[in-house]
Amino acid sequence: MDFRFTPEQEAAREEYDAFFDEVMKEAPENWLGTLEDVYSTKEGNDFHRRVARMLGEKGWLTMVWPKEYGGQEATRVAQLIFLESMGEHGAPGYDTQGVGMLAPTLIRHASEEIKREFLPPIARGEVTVCQAWSEPNAGSDLAALTTRAVEDGDDFVLNGQKTWTSGAHFADFMYVIARTNPEELRHRGLSYFVLNMKETPGLTIRPVLSMDGHHLWDEVFFDDARIPKRNLVGEKNRGWYVVLSGMEHERSSLGGWVIECNQHLKKLVQFCQETNRGSEPLAKKPLVRHRLAQMAIEIEVGRSLQYRLAMLADQGALPMHEASAAKLYASELYTRFSETVMEILGLYGAVTHGSKWAPFLGTFEFLYQMAPGWELAAGSTEVQKNVIAQWGLEFPRPY
Amino acid sequence: MNIAFTEEQEMLRTSARDFVEKECPARLVRQIEESEGGYSPELWRKMADLGWMGLVIPEEYGGVGGSFLDLLLLIEEMGRGCLPGPFLSTLVLGALPIMAAGTAEQKEEFLPKIAQGEMILALALTEPSARWDAASIAVGAVSEKEQYIINGTKLFIEYAHIADYLLCVARTKDAPTGRGEDGLSLFLVDARSPGLKCTPFKTIGSVPQCEVVFDNVVVPAKNMLGERDRGWPVVKDMLERGAIAKCAESIGGARQVVEMTVAYAKERVAYGRTIASFQTVQHMCVSMLSYADTARNITYEAAWRLSEGLPCAKQVASAKAWASEAYERITKMGAHLHGAIGFTRDHDLGLYYRRAKAATLAFGDPDHQREVVAREIGL
Ligand SMILES: Cc1cc2nc3c(=O)[nH]c(=O)nc-3n(C[C@H](O)[C@H](O)[C@H](O)COP(=O)(O)OP(=O)(O)OC[C@H]3O[C@@H](n4cnc5c(N)ncnc54)[C@H](O)[C@@H]3O)c2cc1C
Repeated sequence: MDFRFTPEQEAAREEYDAFFDEVMKEAPENWLGTLEDVYSTKEGNDFHRRVARMLGEKGWLTMVWPKEYGGQEATRVAQLIFLESMGEHGAPGYDTQGVGMLAPTLIRHASEEIKREFLPPIARGEVTVCQAWSEPNAGSDLAALTTRAVEDGDDFVLNGQKTWTSGAHFADFMYVIARTNPEELRHRGLSYFVLNMKETPGLTIRPVLSMDGHHLWDEVFFDDARIPKRNLVGEKNRGWYVVLSGMEHERSSLGGWVIECNQHLKKLVQFCQETNRGSEPLAKKPLVRHRLAQMAIEIEVGRSLQYRLAMLADQGALPMHEASAAKLYASELYTRFSETVMEILGLYGAVTHGSKWAPFLGTFEFLYQMAPGWELAAGSTEVQKNVIAQWGLEFPRPY
Repeated sequence: MNIAFTEEQEMLRTSARDFVEKECPARLVRQIEESEGGYSPELWRKMADLGWMGLVIPEEYGGVGGSFLDLLLLIEEMGRGCLPGPFLSTLVLGALPIMAAGTAEQKEEFLPKIAQGEMILALALTEPSARWDAASIAVGAVSEKEQYIINGTKLFIEYAHIADYLLCVARTKDAPTGRGEDGLSLFLVDARSPGLKCTPFKTIGSVPQCEVVFDNVVVPAKNMLGERDRGWPVVKDMLERGAIAKCAESIGGARQVVEMTVAYAKERVAYGRTIASFQTVQHMCVSMLSYADTARNITYEAAWRLSEGLPCAKQVASAKAWASEAYERITKMGAHLHGAIGFTRDHDLGLYYRRAKAATLAFGDPDHQREVVAREIGL
C-alpha cells in the first residue's frame, strides 16, 4: 500500500491550484460553485464555457481518454487530483454529462464516424451536453420508458417526452434512450442515440424550476424529431447495455459533492471564526465545533472512498456496486452537510438570497432545499442499495 | 385522564379544515408568498368574519372567550394548508400577553380591535445575536417624563412591516447580570412612530421577516405592558405559547405531508407495481407516521399543561425540539418518496419542506430547546 502522491502528482496539483486561483478571480459576483450556477443563469453558463475552453486547451478534459482521440491515457487517480483542485476552488468547466458521461460511452460504443463528429468539440470544451433519459413515468424504473424511435429512410424519427433533463436549455448535444422495439416492453427494446440539438428539428424544451426556484431542469418533447441513423450508439435494441456502462461513469464521477462540501467547509470554518453570536465567536461553541468536525470526518471518509474507486478503476473494471456505494455515500453526505450548515447558521441561514442579512449570499438556503434531490438523481438511494445488495452481496432480487 | 377533544372542538376543526381547503388553496398560498406583504387582507377579513381573531379574546372585549387549545386546533389546520398570515403573531404573541399582563385601559384599546380583525401585531424580540434568551437583548428604553425612548435593532421580526403595533422587548435597566432576566420591559409601539424603520426580507419559510431599527422612538409610558423591569416572565410565557403554536402548525403540515405521500406511494408505479409495495417505501412511510403521531401527542400534552398553568418548561421544550425535527424529517422523506417531482417549485411538497425548516428555527431551535431540557433535568 501507498497513499502518497508521486512528486509529479504533487507538482500537477500545484499547477492546477495556481490555475484555478487565477481563473476564479473572474467568476461572476454571486458565484457559489454549485451546479445551479452553471445551469440557472446565462452569466453563469458563459463563465462555465469560458473556463471549459481553457481546460480544453490545457488538455485537462481528456486526461483519461485514449491517445487516438486526443487523450493522455492518464490514470483515474491523476484525474481525481485534477477534479479535487477544481472542486475545491468551486470552479466550473468540467461538464460531467459531456466529458464524464457521454465521451467515455462514445469511446466505448460509438462508430468511428460518430466519435469523430462528437468527441472533438467535447474535448475542446466547446459544448455542453444533456442527458435525456428519465420520463414522467420512467424514473427509477428507466426501462419502462415509452419514447419511441422509428426508422424512416436514413433517419430515426423520435416521438415522446423526457423530463428532469438537467441543463437542456443551454446544451448543444443530447444523448437519449428510446424504444425501438415496441414488442419488448422493458430493457430489450431500447436504443441509445446521440444528437446535435441545434441540428435536430422537432425538439421542444420547456423549463422546470427546482424547489429553490432555479432553472435547473427541462422537459424535452420530441415531435417527429429526426436524427440520422448513424447517430445510433451501440446496436439497435441493445441500448440498455450502453446505458449501464454510462451509469457506472455517472455514479463514480458524482463524488464531486464530497469535494464541493470540502470547499464549503473551509469557508464555513473561517466564517465561524470571524462571526460572533452573543459574546464569543461561533467557533468557540462546542456544538458548532463538533458539527464542523463531524463534517470534516465525513468528508475525509468520502474522499478516501473516491480515491479507492479511482484506484480500483485504474486496476481494471470497476464493479457496478462499488460505483453505487460511492454515489450513495456522497449524496447522503451532501444532504447531511446542507443540514449541518443550516443548524450552525440558525435564523440567518434561513434568509433568502438578496438580503444583506443572508450569509454566503444565501447559498445554503438554496442548498438545503436541493441537496437531498441528489439522493434521487443518477439512481435513488434505494436503487443504489438494491444494486449493492444484489451485485455486492449477491442477494436474490426481491421481485 | 382524557385525550379526546370536545365535540365543539371537533366541529371547530372540521369547519377550519373546510375553510382552509376552500379559501386558501395552494395556488393562493403561492400568490401570497410572492406578494410584498406576505398575507392576504381579503383572507384575513374572511377569517375575522368567522370570529377566528376573537376566538381567545374574552366576550367583554368582543371575542368568544375560547381556550388556548381551541386556538391551537385552528393553527394546526392553518399549518395543514400552509395558510400564510400574521395570525400566530397577532393572537399568540399579541392578544394573549395583553390579556395576561395588560391594564384595563390597554385591553380596552387593543383587544376589541384584534377581535374585529382590525389590528395586526408583531413581536419584536430577537436581535442580531439571533438568540431567544433574555441575556441577548440589547435594545434599550430610557424613561423621560411620561414616556420612554427606545433605541437599537431588532432582527428576524415576522410581519413587522404590516403590523399596526409592535410588542417590543427592551432593556430598561443597564448592565444585565447573570441570565439578564431582570430589567426587561415590554412596550406596545405604534408602528407609525417616527424613528422606526422596518426593512423586510424573504426567508426560506416564505414568511417575511424584518430588520426593525429604533432610532429614538418615543413610546408613551402607558404603553408599557406589564411591570417595568419585570417583563421577562411575560416574554417567557409568550415564547412557550409561541413554541407550542409553532408545534401545532408543524403537526398540521406534517400530517398533510404524510397523507400526501402515502397516497402518492399507492399510486406511483415503478417496476410494474406501486412503489407502496416496496418494503423500504412502506417503512419510510411508517417512520413518517410515527414522527407525526408522536409530535402531535407531545404537543397537545404540553399545550394542556401550559393552559392549566402547570410547570411545563421541560414538556414545551421537548415538544418543540421533537416536533421541529419530526416535521423536517417527514418533509424530507416525503419529498424523497415523491421522486424528482417533490423537488420542483410547482409541487406542493416544497411549501411544507421550506416551512418545516422555518418552524424549526422559530422560538428556539432544537439546540436551544435541548439546553432548556438539560437545565430542567438538573444539569
Ligand atoms: C437533481 C436531479 C437531477 C436530475 N438530472 C437528470 C438528468 O439530467 N437526466 C435525466 O434523465 N434524469 C435526471 N434526473 C431524474 C432522476 O434520474 C430520477 O429522479 C430518478 O431516477 C428517480 O426517478 P423518479 O423521480 O421518477 O422517482 P420514482 O422512480 O418515481 O421513485 C419514487 C420513490 O420510490 C422509490 N423507489 C423506486 N423504486 C424502488 C424500489 N425498487 N425499491 C425501493 N424504493 C423504490 C425511489 O427511491 C423514490 O424515493 C434528475 C433528478 C434530480 C433529482
